[in-house]
Amino acid sequence: MEASMEQKFQEKIDNDIRIEPKDWMPEKYRKTLIRQISQHAHSEIVGMLPEGNWITRAPNLRRKVALLAKVQDEAGHGLYLYSACETLGIERTELIDQLHTGKAKYSSIFNYPTLTWADMGTIGWLVDGAAIMNQVPLCRCSYGPYARAMVRVCKEESFHQRQGYELLLTLSKGTPEQKEMLQESVNRWWWPALMMFGPNDADSPHTAQSMAWKIKRFTNDELRQRFVDMCVEQAEILGVSLPDPDLKWNEERGHYDFGEINWDEFWNVVRGNGPCNKDRINTRVKAHENGQWVRDAASAYAKKQSEKKSVSVA
Amino acid sequence: MKDWPLYEIFIRSKAGLHHRHVGSLHAADDEMAIENARDVYCRRMEGVSIWAIKSSQIIANDPDEGEELFEPAENKIYRHPTFYDLPDVLKHM
Repeated sequence: MEASMEQKFQEKIDNDIRIEPKDWMPEKYRKTLIRQISQHAHSEIVGMLPEGNWITRAPNLRRKVALLAKVQDEAGHGLYLYSACETLGIERTELIDQLHTGKAKYSSIFNYPTLTWADMGTIGWLVDGAAIMNQVPLCRCSYGPYARAMVRVCKEESFHQRQGYELLLTLSKGTPEQKEMLQESVNRWWWPALMMFGPNDADSPHTAQSMAWKIKRFTNDELRQRFVDMCVEQAEILGVSLPDPDLKWNEERGHYDFGEINWDEFWNVVRGNGPCNKDRINTRVKAHENGQWVRDAASAYAKKQSEKKSVSVA
Repeated sequence: MKDWPLYEIFIRSKAGLHHRHVGSLHAADDEMAIENARDVYCRRMEGVSIWAIKSSQIIANDPDEGEELFEPAENKIYRHPTFYDLPDVLKHM
């Protein structure tokens, strides 16, 4: 019975028929999606923190409203994704608990600090750029609610990347100090941005199954290569160098070769020892606890209103 | 938030079009559902009208019985205009 259900399920996937919440699905497919979508949602929520840090210090009102709108979008993206995740039969409160207790992960990139204003631009250019590279294929993911949420997310991400790049472009035409700040920021973010695509294919145990289920459409290394190829030209326009002596065009492959990623650093940050891991979670937990009275007040108000209504009806 | 119901949100993007399901959200009450829907799903003028309904109020068919449910329409090709043979000389119909 289970085997034939699974076969039917795989046939649907192979024929590009989307899976919807109430459809039968293998338990492992459900679990994989809950893990991936919730990690993605948590990344959006934690991703607000490194930028929130700079809202009050934006150099002018134009930059400030843009940054505010971007951070608000990230909250929105988190909410689209949490709601997509809940269609798989897990409660929102449980998802949030998993983030706060460290049971669920989020993208390691947000465990790096934002030390200068240039980082606001570099995050938009490189971090959102890498995220877009990952997210565009997810718009065709086999799970309907996730794919639909990603369509909305991708539409909005384009603004994030462009505002970041424009910010950097302004710095690139500025004073020597501004140019230096730009280069220093790119030097710090380049490698962590490449790590966002995850381990090399050979070390990525879930990739084959996720590809067979069409949750993933391209491997980590394929997407990373595309990202590198795209960034080289964008860096030239900005007049910055990318901090990799091995980066050079390979005529034969038709791609840029690039240096080895420091995987020890990657795993170290994943395991919780990055520069900001503890700080990010503490800030999240504190925000959640400090918001308790607001949630309580909203619940009390809703209860009172519904009691009033039932009295007036009677 | 534990006891806040889940609402399904439908947005009409402009007058003349259907409301369309966009996703869901939690809210303490109906009013908050509309306000949250505006903030979550309409940050860029995506809508001119919002419907919110508690997810628990939606009645849906059982997808496992979908085939039986829709079977009656499956073999009625005569309900489609292309079922009817008309001569090529007839240009407009």
